[in-house]
Amino acid sequence: MSIATQDTDVNTGKIARTFIYLVLLVFALFYLLPFFVMVVNSLKPLDEITGGNMMALPDKWTIQPWLSAWSSAQIGVEPTGLKPYFVNSILMVVPAVAISTFLGALNGYVLTKWRFKGDTILFGLLLFSCFIPFQIVLIPMATILGKIGLAGSIPGLVLVHVVYGVGFTTLYYRNYYAAFPTELVRAAMMDGAGFFRIFWRIMLPVSGPITVVSVIWQFTNVWNDFLFGASFGGQSQPMTVALNNLVQSSTGVKEYNVHFAGAILAALPTLLVYIVAGRYFVRGLMAGSVKG
Amino acid sequence: MGFLDISNVTKSYGTVEVLHQVDINVEEGEFLVLVGPSGCGKSTLLNMIAGLEGITSGDISIKGRVMNGVHPSNRNIAMVFQSYALYPNMTVGQNMTFGLEMHGVEKSKRDVALKDVAKLLQLDQLLDRKPGQLSGGQRQRVAMGRALVRDPDVFLFDEPLSNLDAKLRVDMRTEIKKLHEKLKTTIVYVTHDQIEALTLSTRIAVMNGGYVQQLGTPKEIYDTPANLFVATFMGSPAMNVLPAKVSTIDGVPYAQIIDGEGQPVSLRFSQENMADWDGKDILLGIRPEALTDPEGADRKSTNIATFHNAIDVTEPAGSDTFVTTTLGDADVIARLRADTDVASGQMFEFAVNMDKAVVFDPVSEQRIAP
Ligand SMILES: Nc1ncnc2c1ncn2[C@@H]1O[C@H](COP(=O)(O)OP(=O)(O)OP(=O)(O)O)[C@@H](O)[C@H]1O
Ligand SMILES: [Mg+2]
Repeated sequence: MSIATQDTDVNTGKIARTFIYLVLLVFALFYLLPFFVMVVNSLKPLDEITGGNMMALPDKWTIQPWLSAWSSAQIGVEPTGLKPYFVNSILMVVPAVAISTFLGALNGYVLTKWRFKGDTILFGLLLFSCFIPFQIVLIPMATILGKIGLAGSIPGLVLVHVVYGVGFTTLYYRNYYAAFPTELVRAAMMDGAGFFRIFWRIMLPVSGPITVVSVIWQFTNVWNDFLFGASFGGQSQPMTVALNNLVQSSTGVKEYNVHFAGAILAALPTLLVYIVAGRYFVRGLMAGSVKG
Repeated sequence: MGFLDISNVTKSYGTVEVLHQVDINVEEGEFLVLVGPSGCGKSTLLNMIAGLEGITSGDISIKGRVMNGVHPSNRNIAMVFQSYALYPNMTVGQNMTFGLEMHGVEKSKRDVALKDVAKLLQLDQLLDRKPGQLSGGQRQRVAMGRALVRDPDVFLFDEPLSNLDAKLRVDMRTEIKKLHEKLKTTIVYVTHDQIEALTLSTRIAVMNGGYVQQLGTPKEIYDTPANLFVATFMGSPAMNVLPAKVSTIDGVPYAQIIDGEGQPVSLRFSQENMADWDGKDILLGIRPEALTDPEGADRKSTNIATFHNAIDVTEPAGSDTFVTTTLGDADVIARLRADTDVASGQMFEFAVNMDKAVVFDPVSEQRIAP
């Protein structure tokens, strides 16, 4: 005999349930392990790492590796730490994300609500840009950056990332706005709102979920990019390139604890973005697929 | 020249013409209803008046000013959409004053206008809510309120009641009618519900396939439909149409039909000019309420014909009882008083009010009498 339950969970026995949780726990630990190793070893003096167990907790806790990674470690030839590169990355990622997201929203708005001849072809071409491998565009991109005088600068990197990101952000916003009732736009038109007013006052206020998706996507991609940074960064290289230089530096002893601390520093902003906005992420990805 | 003139307007999408030579003049204060089956071009015509769709040829003018190419916001018209199209991120109050704000009306004046309309539509308590927190009927009122605050020359409604349940629809219908009687603003209203059309309008344009089939008062449309389409589209249950033959006896025209048993029945025409059709086939249109029992027949009628026929089905509908019978090989619906004692299979005496009969040419399907 079965008892009707209110919830929609699949009914499982106690043993099965325990088993499921156990498996999930094992997976969770498995995924957390590398992070644990990084954190633990970034808080140890170097001799504890070279002479001891990677998994063990520090005997002597120290934040010296963090300070060193941040402000005094040897990056390439200069002992600057990661700090200036972190600043570079921020200066690059913030405008790149903001501009590409804004352009994507504008494109999505035009492609769905101000249809024109050839708009589907244009959208197809924009989509196509999502599938072009980075390596192919390196040389043409370098030429263009050189010609417009942005080679080796942060604005140059911003431009590259905006150009590359706009295909994705357009795709997101177009699909989101496709489900947005056109009657609302018409109503606003009759109310006397123009092209940009409708965008600001009617469309953008309801674009929260998809904006979160777009920002997370763009932020992680731009922040984590290495190839463009290494190729076009010049004197203003981003964090990823600096981290590489820190870890690969051939002179002196390898300071693993500093490397660990540096790697965590490099990953921290993306981690933060996920924690702050992550719960909206899934919601945004699902938006439109289910009416609610 | 009227208040809102639609003259020789056509609309094409590519090579397909979806509206053909539409000609409608609307007087100030009129309530014009555009009615017709799905896809006949009602919304297209309304959107052209609104300026949301371009005009392929012809002119639309309001107050004598040609509107072709004028931006929707500069036509001084307001529109209520089928989905209401309330801005989800704004409160009821902001929704209603958005149009005024866009037209640069200052805040104090907007608030006065909002207050007036909110009182009129009993929305005072809801002004700070978001549309998502309103019931269907309340949303409908907000949508009307948004149109009202603008004090436009013309109101356009595109099936504003079709998203409501049956009861609320009837209530809101009355509300709209009251509102029109109070404000006397010119209204163009689209619906595919013929009851709405008949109850609300001062004039109706019945459309089909991109043509205006007939333009007239509800009474004209109902009593003297221009053709078979209008006759069967307007009215519920629909008008009965039976094939018949005209014959004259001593110069008096009769409609010859056959009853359920194949026996001939003669019904005298009220219109003497039907004698011109002697010997020809026609289609005889009889509304259900013109086919009753002898006691229920219209006492003012000059020409009631009676005959006996078997009842096939009875459908008590509360206020009336509808019965189906077979005439001229077609199912015919008669409308009897609710307490008439009838059962299926029974022979029954029917009375036809021939004053109300409408006659159509079977080939052209145009009305030939009255
Ligand atoms: N953008 C378009 N491109 C091509 N044909 C169109 C377009 N918009 C409408 N049509 C056609 O024009 C005709 C009239 O459409 P319209 O929306 O005016 O119908 P309607 O009378 O409002 O119907 P409903 O009662 O279903 O709302 C239809 O046959 C439709 O297929
Ligand atoms: Mg329509």
